[in-house]
Amino acid sequence: MEALDLARWQFGITTVYHFVFVPLTLGLSVLVAIMQTFWYRTGDENYKHLTKYFGKLFVIVFTLGIVTGIVQEFQFGMNWSEYSRFVGDIFGIPLAIEALMAFFLESTFLGLWLFGWNRLSKGVHLLSIWLVAIASNLSAIWILMANSWMQVPVGYEIVGGRAELADFVAILLNERLLVQMPHTIIAGFVTGGLFVLGISAWMMYRGNQVQTFKKAAQIALVFTAVASLMTATTGHSQAQDTVKSQPMKMAAMEGLWDTEQPASFSLFAMIDQDNRTSMREVRLPYMLSVLAHNNTTSEVKGMNELQAEMEEMYGEGNYIPPVRTVYWSFRVMVGLGMLFIVTAFTGLFLWWKGKLETTTWFHKLLMISLFLPYIANTAGWLVTEMGRQPWVVYGLLLTADGVSPSVASSSIWISMTAFTLVYGFLAAIAVFLIVKYAKPGIPKEIEKSNTGSDTSDAFAY
Amino acid sequence: MDFQLIWFILIAVLFIGYFFLEGFDFGVGILMPFISRDEVDRRVCINTIGPFWDANEVWLITAGGAMFAAFPHWYATLFSGFYLPLLLILLALIFRAVGFEFRSKVNKMFWKRSADHFIFWGSLIPAFIWGVALTNIVMGLPIGEDMNFTGGFFGLLSPYAILGGLASTVVFTLHGAVFLTLRTEGPLMERAAKVAEKMWIPSGVLLLVFALLGYRYTILFDDLGLIPGTLPILTVLAFVAGYFLLKLGRTGWSFTATGATIVFGTIVAFEGLFPLLMPSTLNPDWSLTIYNSSSSELTLTIMSVVALIFLPLILGYQGYSYYVFKKRVTRDSIPTH
Ligand code: HDD
Ligand code: HEM
Ligand code: HEM
Repeated sequence: MEALDLARWQFGITTVYHFVFVPLTLGLSVLVAIMQTFWYRTGDENYKHLTKYFGKLFVIVFTLGIVTGIVQEFQFGMNWSEYSRFVGDIFGIPLAIEALMAFFLESTFLGLWLFGWNRLSKGVHLLSIWLVAIASNLSAIWILMANSWMQVPVGYEIVGGRAELADFVAILLNERLLVQMPHTIIAGFVTGGLFVLGISAWMMYRGNQVQTFKKAAQIALVFTAVASLMTATTGHSQAQDTVKSQPMKMAAMEGLWDTEQPASFSLFAMIDQDNRTSMREVRLPYMLSVLAHNNTTSEVKGMNELQAEMEEMYGEGNYIPPVRTVYWSFRVMVGLGMLFIVTAFTGLFLWWKGKLETTTWFHKLLMISLFLPYIANTAGWLVTEMGRQPWVVYGLLLTADGVSPSVASSSIWISMTAFTLVYGFLAAIAVFLIVKYAKPGIPKEIEKSNTGSDTSDAFAY
Repeated sequence: MDFQLIWFILIAVLFIGYFFLEGFDFGVGILMPFISRDEVDRRVCINTIGPFWDANEVWLITAGGAMFAAFPHWYATLFSGFYLPLLLILLALIFRAVGFEFRSKVNKMFWKRSADHFIFWGSLIPAFIWGVALTNIVMGLPIGEDMNFTGGFFGLLSPYAILGGLASTVVFTLHGAVFLTLRTEGPLMERAAKVAEKMWIPSGVLLLVFALLGYRYTILFDDLGLIPGTLPILTVLAFVAGYFLLKLGRTGWSFTATGATIVFGTIVAFEGLFPLLMPSTLNPDWSLTIYNSSSSELTLTIMSVVALIFLPLILGYQGYSYYVFKKRVTRDSIPTH
């Protein structure tokens, strides 16, 4: 393989892996903070136990986010030096602000939260976990600002072959950011919500501390129900933006080779990229027009026409992304999104009927659902990033022109192998630890000593 | 205003903060296996840096982000050029973090010994490589006309660069030893102090050789005569003072002194480079300077405003965190499992 392909694979592997843990952090940090708030407000020790229990799981997840994040910060320079030179003026700003504004806050207050159980007042301690949760989500905003600029470049000027900053406010208010950020963060909330639900269901299923975990499940149910609805609505607005800003990606998401008016939504298709056709299609009439423009009559352009348009604008080349992956990833994400909505509302219904803790088939469903948001998240990013190909900065810089010229394929082989092995090893450890700490539920000796007398540093190393 | 200069200084500040802070937790990680007599000692050592190490690492992440924003060419050339050394640092930092966070999560011998290895090597390797990398930069690098590094991995391992790696390693280790003396008590504290005292003089000799050879191998002293100027002298004075302060039992001041050695030493490197970022040995015109590598004026202005707001805030709450955890870590604060 060439250096370019290797660099792409490495970036894909490491970033997808980082984004397994990040969404969970985004949601779980907020949920742990909510549980601790319940404890602070009601004094009910059950919430304290839940805070500590999910707090321990949170720390495991968070650690993986940190260690994989450091790699992210440097790999633009390592593998994408030409890209870095081209975008640095603009792309570097959110990255630096993210570190200054979010990472410092997050890491310092996580230290205070972990080691401060007996040293901070209850209020300051609660504030610490909220700051961790807020900082995590702030970091997402800044990194997404960087990403949305790659999707839809705004506020720049090309000077001497580089993109120079022309208008910072335009970048802050990039319309792409305004649709991408809510969707991603809320997807993180769904991820965290289903995590807490899945584990609570596991405990209720096994009859372990049912009343305590029912409380956790209730918090998470409300949280997930709201968030899962919002993934759909925010996803819808993102799709509408995509039609405008990256019509080629939208056409690929739909496997739409030829322009249609009104456009139908494809449910199933066998895509033949080489011959530029799709076979055995099942299509819902009008629905793509609805998704794209909120009406039943408008036109959606197909890839063949867009390819011709882009050749005219940018010169010869192949501007069609890998359609099959984009098409199916999109269906997987949307399908799972629907499933999450149904799951969450079924849960609310069972709660209303007073059967939340006794309905075992639902517990099983939740235990399976715990694993699904990662697939939805990854699928979503595959749509976003692969649908943007062959561009790394849409319309400005081709991926092939962004790679480091001075890094040999052999070096990338070494790094990619190392990251893959190390990340595999980390995944094994993380899963092992999560199961180990989740399975017993709340430790019995702590549960009994309901006097608040456990004074040891529960989170000390 | 000369924003390039401001950002050169700010990035130097970020690296100084990083070396000062992560310096002592590298030192703690390196020393932990040697000065601990039992499991509890080890956990005491780790807990002295428990609440801090992650925030310390963020100084590096911020330095990386700031280089990207302010001097994209520097970021691009440095990290694509030092590809494999940086990979080693990243892997080491991964293992180190995992070692800290997960060590006490499983109460099994094999698990804990593995974590100890992660912590030790994860601290030693970056401590060494940062020295090698910085030394290479001040020696000059084969940078081509298109600003890309043209050398190979083994070219970075000249004897003098390795000496630089040893120098950074011993300084960080000393800094960590004094930190442990400051943050622990009883026999563990005494052992930490003893290690520091024993290491001091041989380390001094090593550093002196490194500094004197610097006249020959680096560009730092090119413009200077035999008298090297204030900063190098301050570096030496701080290092010497640290020894006597420790002997006098003024541990806090001794820690300040090892810290000052790191701070002044890093300043010497950055000041000696100025206005270059990465000198090219192939052709002086191909060197990266703060002017030919920087972002636009607008970017630098925005970044300056952001830094002006957030750096004081960060120093404030990090200071608060050190204040909250100012007490020495005792053996009985360690949970029993
Ligand atoms: C739990 C995760 C999850 C769920 C349930 C959904 N999404 Fe999503 N989606 C993401 C997680 C995600 C993501 C990983 O967060 C992405 C990748 C980039 C982004 O901004 O968000 C994404 C991107 C993304 C894009 C952007 C593609 C582009 O770059 O143009 C669209 C159009 C949608 N989503 C649409 C939807 C719709 C209509 C959903 C209906 C239920 C949906 N998503 C559910
Ligand atoms: C702000 C955040 C992000 C930035 C700046 C970013 C940037 C990039 C860059 C520079 C590439 C390399 C060019 C290429 O190979 O196509 C890339 C590709 C890729 N990214 Fe992202 N990315 C971001 C977020 C993510 C996330 C969160 C994921 C997944 C979870 C992701 C998944 C991928 C994948 C899979 C590729 C490979 C695509 C391909 O090779 O066709 N990215 N992205
Ligand atoms: C590809 C570009 C990315 C880069 C350069 C990057 C960089 C980093 C770094 C350096 C850390 C470690 C911080 C620490 O040590 O405390 C980190 C963690 C984190 N990142 Fe990323 N990241 C990327 C993608 C993303 C995306 C797309 C998101 C969210 C949407 C995100 C959200 C977070 C969060 C919330 C954390 C905190 C730790 C955790 O959540 O586990 N990152 N990232």
